[in-house]
Amino acid sequence: MAEVLLDIRGLCKAFGALQATDNVHLQILEGETHAVIGPNGAGKTTLIGQLAGNLRPDAGSIHFSGEDITPLDAPARSHKGFARSFQITSIYPEFTTLDNVALAVQAHSGHSFRFWRAARDEPALREPARRIVEEVGLGARADVLAANLAHGEQRQLEVAMVLATRPRMLMLDEPMAGMGTEESQRMIEFLTHLKGGLTILLVEHDMDAVFRLADRLSVLVYGRIVATGTPEEIRANPEVRKAYLGEEELE
Amino acid sequence: MNLILITEQVLNGVQFGVMLFLMAAGLTLVFGIMNLVNLAHGSLYMIGAYFATSFYQWSGSFVIGALLALPATLVVGVIVEVVALRTLYDRDHLDQVLATFGLILFFNELVAIVWGRSGLYTSLPEWLSGHVELLPDLRYPLYRLLIIAIGIAVAFLLWYVVTRTRLGMLIRAGASNRAMVAALGINIRLLYTIVFGFGAALAGLAGVMAGPIYAVQPGMGESILIQVFVVIVIGGIGSIRGAMAGALIVGMVDTLGRAFLKPLLALVITPSAAQSAGPALASMLIYLLMAVVLALRPEGLFPERGH
Amino acid sequence: MRGHRGLVVVLAGLALLALVPPVAGMLNQPFYIDLLRRVMILAIAAVSLDLILGYGGMVSFGHAAYLGIGSYSVAVMAFYGIHSGPLQWLVAIGASALVALAIGSVSIRTSGIYFIMITLAFTQMLYFLGISVDEYGGDDGMGLKRLSQFGNLIDLGDPVAFYYLVLAILVLTLVIVHRLVHSRFGMVIRAAKSNEARTRAIGFSPYAYRLVAFVIAGAICGLAGALYVNHTKYLSPHIMHWTISGDIMFMVILGGMGSTAGPVAGALVLLVLENLLSGWTEHWQIIFGPFLVLVVLFAKRGLAGWLAGGRHG
Repeated sequence: MAEVLLDIRGLCKAFGALQATDNVHLQILEGETHAVIGPNGAGKTTLIGQLAGNLRPDAGSIHFSGEDITPLDAPARSHKGFARSFQITSIYPEFTTLDNVALAVQAHSGHSFRFWRAARDEPALREPARRIVEEVGLGARADVLAANLAHGEQRQLEVAMVLATRPRMLMLDEPMAGMGTEESQRMIEFLTHLKGGLTILLVEHDMDAVFRLADRLSVLVYGRIVATGTPEEIRANPEVRKAYLGEEELE
Repeated sequence: MNLILITEQVLNGVQFGVMLFLMAAGLTLVFGIMNLVNLAHGSLYMIGAYFATSFYQWSGSFVIGALLALPATLVVGVIVEVVALRTLYDRDHLDQVLATFGLILFFNELVAIVWGRSGLYTSLPEWLSGHVELLPDLRYPLYRLLIIAIGIAVAFLLWYVVTRTRLGMLIRAGASNRAMVAALGINIRLLYTIVFGFGAALAGLAGVMAGPIYAVQPGMGESILIQVFVVIVIGGIGSIRGAMAGALIVGMVDTLGRAFLKPLLALVITPSAAQSAGPALASMLIYLLMAVVLALRPEGLFPERGH
Repeated sequence: MRGHRGLVVVLAGLALLALVPPVAGMLNQPFYIDLLRRVMILAIAAVSLDLILGYGGMVSFGHAAYLGIGSYSVAVMAFYGIHSGPLQWLVAIGASALVALAIGSVSIRTSGIYFIMITLAFTQMLYFLGISVDEYGGDDGMGLKRLSQFGNLIDLGDPVAFYYLVLAILVLTLVIVHRLVHSRFGMVIRAAKSNEARTRAIGFSPYAYRLVAFVIAGAICGLAGALYVNHTKYLSPHIMHWTISGDIMFMVILGGMGSTAGPVAGALVLLVLENLLSGWTEHWQIIFGPFLVLVVLFAKRGLAGWLAGGRHG
């Protein structure tokens, strides 16, 4: 049995009368790819916000690798090895692809109160960055301004930046959002390639991707986890079919 | 005896707070709803003061002067909104600051060309220049009482408009969720112009009332504007309630500080040191207060949620 | 200053600045030395503001504060009979850095409109403080008793020598800011400006970096203040007036935000224009004000953007 890497215990968050996260318990095992699915308005964004350290939960705690990270902010969680991507592409448009990734490398190689030497001349930042840029398949586009990349390439860049922080765990917020079929396929292949080496929490709408990638699934409805299990178990779960998959199948 | 002096200064603080509130109310709504930093708000205050003084001299009646100055300032405000500011709503704050900075230079110079650089002075009409005996030994200027009364009346009127009318509903909705108001099919442009004109009229009213007690001169708008910024930072952007609380706090702290800090300091340090430190410290008080509020509550005392 | 073209323009500009004293001497127009020395001093202030505004995205509407602190440091020390230039200027830099640390530590917690209003308000506070301190002339200010003394090294009383000193400090400032914005440190503040959420997510806490940038900018501007009071030989609290902060901001915008040398061109254009207009009519601000509005509306990329010709300046 693998170790529990991320342990979410009794998380609650309300906005006024709306209980966006309702006593969520969830354990992500080391090395697994775990998907969280749920209809719109299920509270996925709120859950992600709390996991990322941008929203303070009303109650409950988040433990990462045995340590309580609930009070830590986003940068501190990144340094613990917990990395996230954004649903809406979040890159530095006026920097090159390589600069973007080099910044993520820099964030994890000591403090940045270094004032004199040009960061672009530092092999310690550029070389790891270039390796990761190659790895995600953007090698030919390394010196292009990120603003000029195609949408799919920007999503790849985003994953590259996340990887550059050398995380133990990735939280991917709809990595396929806004992608064409072909781009989605390429991203799924890439994630399949990552899978196993890293623990991944995947929040995704694309059911095809979820069922191909996930080892286990959790279903979030009205802020509550209604089921957790393997893809087969979830497919067979009548409550899930009623609450969620039923409407998906209609699409 | 001492109590009389304190009461008098407290009233002065309220009177100054009321003026600040009239300025802050319009400005904070424009911030909250249009997300616009309008440095030229102080110019409208100045223009209100000049209009009132000129119309008063021309008509011979203080009331007629005031009644003409208000709509005139409103018209100037609407013209400024339509000609210049409207194009700035979608720009970033930096652009707004710089463009309205340019407007200030323009208005200050325009006023200097029309009325001269040296400033205008008016005396109050006979019937307003008296004093009222509030308590035995406490005679307080009637005009300042009138300012307080008008300010309180306007505050109630604002409260009524914002909380009880359809326009107020739109204003509140606009402050918290612009997209929603647009989605309701409301003519946002018109709403913006109305809110801006409204704010301009309030600034004008403050200017009209300021005429007889402060010097009417080019640049008069900016010194009060920066104090109004302090009010808004303390109260919280976009909040009328915050503007009211912030204005009274700032008005009181500034007035009482200027009146009593020097004698209070003299109790602790030598009189000559207090003589020089007192006024210096008094002029810094509201800014130090702002720093303390920010350190404790970065969103101000009454933050308007969700923008 | 990316690319060779930018560097050539900057070097040519600096060479032209270096030629001003001999040319002014030939034309018998010492006024130009005076004007351009003023331009360069304010350009140093503008370059320092560009570090936090153009690269750091911090819209500080209070940069005149540090011109004031620098000026007051020098003039007040001179008032008490301390005339040593190195000591005065060191104090000017140190005091400005401290004030920037105090103002920055409160204001950088906020952003957007709050940041603008707070930096403006704190500078106004210092302005009123300057006005209310009667020992140092209050509202009227006071003369600088003696220029900063540098022994046999340089005599600021010699207008040409002072001119070249200011030019050298300007060049030094440009080099420092250029190095800074390309260093690891500079990459962090630029990243935080470009996309704060992303910057935090990859593991940077921007606050400390922004604060350090704010302090560096304040310190450089404090040195400009020390130069300024030697230039005018007079201390006035009006150097901290909010319109001066606005002017410095316009120098940055006019020259092009986020280009190291752009603000120098911005300072030149702004001050020369001010000079021409005010020579032409007493009411020059009636033209100048709308000019600024038009610059914001239609020429936001500044001179650097125009020179670069490309999409990014």
